[in-house]
Amino acid sequence: MPATDDLLPPLPEFAAPGRVAPSLRGRVQWQHAEVVAVRRETPGLRTVRLALPVWNEHVAGQHYMVRLTAADGYTTQRHYSVASPPGDTGHIDLTVDRVEGGEVSGYFHTVARPGDRIEVRGPLGGFFAWSGDRPALLVGGGSGVVPLVSMLRHARSVPGTADLHLVACVRTPEDLPYASELASAPDVTVVHSRRAPTGQPVGRLTAETLAPHAAQALAEDREVFVCGSTSFAESVAKPLLTAGLPPTHLRIERFG
Amino acid sequence: MSTASPPTRGFVGRHAADARDPRLPPGQYDAHDAFPVLSAEATPEIAAADWTFRIDGLVGAPRTWTWDEARALPPSTYEGPIHCVTSWSKLATRFTGVSVDSFLDAVQPHPSATHVVAHSHTGYTTNLALADLTGGKAWIAFDYEGEPLTAAHGGPARLLVPHLYFWKSAKWIAGLRLVGADEPGFWERNRYHHRGDPWAEERYAGD
Repeated sequence: MPATDDLLPPLPEFAAPGRVAPSLRGRVQWQHAEVVAVRRETPGLRTVRLALPVWNEHVAGQHYMVRLTAADGYTTQRHYSVASPPGDTGHIDLTVDRVEGGEVSGYFHTVARPGDRIEVRGPLGGFFAWSGDRPALLVGGGSGVVPLVSMLRHARSVPGTADLHLVACVRTPEDLPYASELASAPDVTVVHSRRAPTGQPVGRLTAETLAPHAAQALAEDREVFVCGSTSFAESVAKPLLTAGLPPTHLRIERFG
Repeated sequence: MSTASPPTRGFVGRHAADARDPRLPPGQYDAHDAFPVLSAEATPEIAAADWTFRIDGLVGAPRTWTWDEARALPPSTYEGPIHCVTSWSKLATRFTGVSVDSFLDAVQPHPSATHVVAHSHTGYTTNLALADLTGGKAWIAFDYEGEPLTAAHGGPARLLVPHLYFWKSAKWIAGLRLVGADEPGFWERNRYHHRGDPWAEERYAGD
């Protein structure tokens, strides 16, 4: 006789469960969005604001797919996190990194202008998402702050959402996106790795600089959302786990 | 599936449409030398001596292999493309390991087994039809391009199912549980597609 399921040891528990209920809408369809604004955030980041004919409210942290089509029919697509909060009805802000030779990022950085129409599909993903129900520590490196800013904007704009704290890691003050919202804010710590405003420390995020945030996250049973390059994600996740954060409280999104 | 899309003003693709590599499934782009890392958990450090691989569930003879026992099975190499749901593909990869068939041959799968929960030493899970793991289509891979798999890419051993999107190729593979029904795994519970065929663009639930 084969072993039956009820005799098998349960598989170990993995990461925290998804935060977005399974879709009842069926397939998420492509739609034609209109570019309504293009804003330079930093030398390397540009925000494209899109008006969507079909509005499906996202959960902060979710992403959209973008599809561009050349005159000869060639198409290519990429995934971008939404920076705007769910309450920004009918619109999404996508903040796009400038990638050397990148065919889609190059389009957003040098071509896109208000009035243009592009195809998008979303919201997508259900793991790296925060609905406002649990306190969380957010740690982002570079463009990794984009989905975290959607969460922060949601927390700031909706009364009754749980407490958030964002640690945003950038090279210089000029590299901080959404600076008017993030600089000098009580719910944000900015870490500068190369050059900082006068009077502020310079240095990469380390286990030591993370320690007070890790202690608060543990004491308050916070979830932790980490977003950035894989080396950044590892440099944040390992000290947090060493400090005792349960792996089930950790959500990582890597930008390749 | 894609329908004809109107051109995006001012967008010039990297290639002419007719020069698109036929090995690229719809919506994918060639990552060339890049090999992005997209796990949802911290990368574990698992020594080969501590790694084990188990097959259980609807089988006549559940079994656990050690590293040395697994490496003693006949080696098998996959050469070809891999496809990530985030739209990058690598067109020429070479992984060496052991065919999943070689492991299954040893455990006597029960005829009622239709699906598999692949699970990792981190607790990550993903579901597959048993038919997607048999017939020379899947491997337990130990080496990439002639070198031991790095931890970031799932070393010391990962599942390799290259005809499906790469989230099915569970890193740090710990075992396969044969079951009689399709049970969604980690990403599948987070709105990703149950099967993940890149040629059908089965990225998300409902695709």
